Amino acid sequence: MSDWSQAASARPAEDRGADELAVPLETITGNRGLQIEEKLIFEQGSRGRCGVDLADPLPFRPRLGGLERQGPIGLPGLSEPQVIRHFTRLSQKNYAIDSGLYPLGSCTMKHNPRLNEKLARLPGFADIHPLQPASTIPGALALIDTLAHWLKTLTGLPAIALSPGAGAHGELCGIMSIRAALEARGERRSRVLVPESAHGTNPATAAACGYNVDSVPGNPQGRVDLGTLKTKLDTDVAALMLTNPNTCGLFENEILEIAAAVHTAGAFFYCDGANFNAIVGRVRPADLGIDCMHLNLHKTFSTPHGGGGPGSGPVALAASLAPYAPLPWLVHGPDGLELVEHKKGKAQQAIGRLKGFHGQMGMFVRALAYMMSHGADGVRQVAEDAVLNANYLRVRLESDLSLSFPGPCMHEVLFDDRFLKETGITTLDFAKALIDEGYHPMTMYFPLVVHGALLIEPTETESKASLDQFAGVLKALVAKARLGDEARFHAAPRWTPRRRLDETAAARKPVLRWNPEPMDQQAEK
Amino acid sequence: MRYLPLTDRDRGEMLEAIGVDSIDALFADVPPAARLDGLVDLPRAMGEIEVERAISGMAARNVAAGSVPFFIGGGAYRHHIPAAVDHLIQRGEFLTSYTPYQPEVSQGTLQYLFEFQTQVALLTAMAVANASLYDGATACAEAVMMANRLTRRRKAVLSGGLHPHYREVCETYARFVGFELAALDPAPGGAEDLGKRVGRDTSCVVVQNPDFFGEIRDYSDLARNCHDVGALLVVVVTEVLSLGAIIPPGEMGADIVAAEGQSLGNALNFGGPHLGLFASRDKFVRQMPGRLAGQTVDADGRRGWVLTLSTREQHIRREKATSNICTNSGLCALAFTIHLALLGDAGLTRLAHLNHAAAVALAERLECIRGVRLVNRAFFNEFTLRLPRPAAAVVETLAEEGVLAGIPVSRFYPNRPELEDVLVVAATEMVTAEDMDRLEMELREALS
Repeated sequence: MSDWSQAASARPAEDRGADELAVPLETITGNRGLQIEEKLIFEQGSRGRCGVDLADPLPFRPRLGGLERQGPIGLPGLSEPQVIRHFTRLSQKNYAIDSGLYPLGSCTMKHNPRLNEKLARLPGFADIHPLQPASTIPGALALIDTLAHWLKTLTGLPAIALSPGAGAHGELCGIMSIRAALEARGERRSRVLVPESAHGTNPATAAACGYNVDSVPGNPQGRVDLGTLKTKLDTDVAALMLTNPNTCGLFENEILEIAAAVHTAGAFFYCDGANFNAIVGRVRPADLGIDCMHLNLHKTFSTPHGGGGPGSGPVALAASLAPYAPLPWLVHGPDGLELVEHKKGKAQQAIGRLKGFHGQMGMFVRALAYMMSHGADGVRQVAEDAVLNANYLRVRLESDLSLSFPGPCMHEVLFDDRFLKETGITTLDFAKALIDEGYHPMTMYFPLVVHGALLIEPTETESKASLDQFAGVLKALVAKARLGDEARFHAAPRWTPRRRLDETAAARKPVLRWNPEPMDQQAEK
Repeated sequence: MRYLPLTDRDRGEMLEAIGVDSIDALFADVPPAARLDGLVDLPRAMGEIEVERAISGMAARNVAAGSVPFFIGGGAYRHHIPAAVDHLIQRGEFLTSYTPYQPEVSQGTLQYLFEFQTQVALLTAMAVANASLYDGATACAEAVMMANRLTRRRKAVLSGGLHPHYREVCETYARFVGFELAALDPAPGGAEDLGKRVGRDTSCVVVQNPDFFGEIRDYSDLARNCHDVGALLVVVVTEVLSLGAIIPPGEMGADIVAAEGQSLGNALNFGGPHLGLFASRDKFVRQMPGRLAGQTVDADGRRGWVLTLSTREQHIRREKATSNICTNSGLCALAFTIHLALLGDAGLTRLAHLNHAAAVALAERLECIRGVRLVNRAFFNEFTLRLPRPAAAVVETLAEEGVLAGIPVSRFYPNRPELEDVLVVAATEMVTAEDMDRLEMELREALS
């Protein structure tokens, strides 16, 4: 018996007195024990209060050219204890990988090692300026070079573009490089093929680079339909953007044929590396015929997601695309490592700069610490355990939830909403009920190729006991759904700082910032 | 391996439950020709001690800004970060959470993003701000593309005072996204007549304030020139702290502001991660790139926050999205929000004055050195000097003496001999009187 069921059975509701059950959930304050209501900082400030003690400037004659800012800015005045308490309370309203299983498919919410945080904060990395003379930063260049070496070895591809700020930025880098390579061949192609199951960033990227997006349907096995793909491939296609393993959690088993077909058409094979965690150390993308792939350091290589960033999206490039890699380049020169910041020499054909400075150094340090900790043996184990955990959940759950595609999955397992048929409960309701049980939901309604998708990615950093418990909760929820306990699902979540939020109202009349109450309303109070 | 909870016994039991003999069976879809039988050619796993030793060794080979007299700016500034900032952003509930797509369990992130957006709007004096972009340079390119969409024109004029990396990022986007740029030549301290360059086919004019050479200008007239012909004014700010001292872009008539927010709460980090700030007029919000947090109510009528106007974004709109951006700079935005919450109006203003005071004091000392000329009329915490010899060599010489003196502009413009003698120098609240003594002494020596 797992813990949750014991806790639930410790004191069944029917044993409790009627009076106790009648006690309303409301409290005087709106607080609920450890869940504290917290106003905005703008509603807590006082003029004249400050959370930082700074010296007075020595007397001087300002040289702002008469452009001094006039009047108050409107920022609240808070002391340090108020600020600490405010943000601590806010933090307590968040779910996080530190507090529990975070099974968001395609997001790879794995443990974030704290050694990596410590190392990224060393003054030798955090307190160096991107424009310092090269002679003062040899260690930084060595770290980037070492990271590049690991990424090249793991992908089997000969070049790495390090500057992209996140996965979508890496996609932009890849598709721009592909367009530059085609233009160098004197070709102007107009279409990029994107499977239906792709992340939204793929078509958005292709469109941003001036391409028409041509959607490729899947086959009944959840993979790209090779026959249809071949009919679409012609000399007008610049690239195929494929995620592998794909967003159904499946390895594209005809990938070598896909690559051959793409290359026969003179197009490039771009791979979205969001799901690299499934194969790292076991399969090299170069061996699959991939020309270009971005790596989300904030997924496979454990840099923290930080509530939505920062990320880092280095791009591995085949020799055919390497000349077009964005600036800066890090090259081995006669005097050691050298940053190439201009289109000259071998970098003459570089697509230019994609971002200020040299890339997400703070993420590079974390990712390298992660890779060195695991080693060649450990990263392979990562992929194996990630796949093992997902398949374990698959077999634990396939008789309760509806598995979209039979057979082994990779690092994530896709279910759809057939199991909720005629229950009056939707995927959204089911996910929200999971929140009440103390779990972050899986990815919902993505990929778009199945109805009411529930995409579960446990990652390798979950224990078997954690998976057993999670599977047990899901099974119990399915049983509740089948027994007609609709109210539980429609009302969920009930135990969170906020219940379901009105997203329609938020979009209809957007309130995107705090504003002070108008004077007349204040006077009425 | 310390990060992997499964034991060999677990693995065995799980494989049995799955009904396969070995892990290889789960990789059966991988074509045999592409399977790696052995390990890749990389070192084996290392313990925490060994990893720390190896990576600390690399860090130790760099000259940390805090260990020397330090005067480099150019879009990344060394400021003091209160201890509370790093403590709070390392709380696991912030650090290890995902994008707040499930608002009921992400109210912490959503509320600070709402506070962040408000702070950015107040600082820039704009109506709305988004929840961040990668950095100032990409925010600048996004601003130009947004102006192109809003005006249905495709030609932007870039000031020569725009940070060269920002200009280069715009050039890359222009080539592949398909729009035109007219970039003016850099002219340290000089005036450009941007008003003359604005026409009926101009989508926007992009200026930076203070500009790359530190000069502060009033762009109110330029804003009027732009609006007269239906063009927009984009104002770039690479030193966000300057907004504590000088007239904000919104009061000069800016339509879009793209800025770098690193100065507040975020370390130099060798240039990344940094923090793209993005603000605009209210009526343009549906063409904004990136995420937006918005206020709403929950099922019980209580105030709460959600990500909103998502129909602009790639995960809903796919190829019709306003931008392909997904992951942004969430945690850097949190650091910014906390630092600015600590400062408030009073602290920000004082910090800005400390910076300006340091820069004025330093500029007035350095311009007394024979052959050195200060080119700025008005500046905040960064200014430009003309030296009597090539600045790059001088900077190298001073670095050898343990002083990081500033940025030789030739690093960005190697083919412009007229900029060879130009040095951009920054002074923040971190600079001490002794640091200034050292710089003045070493510069005198190097130029003698």
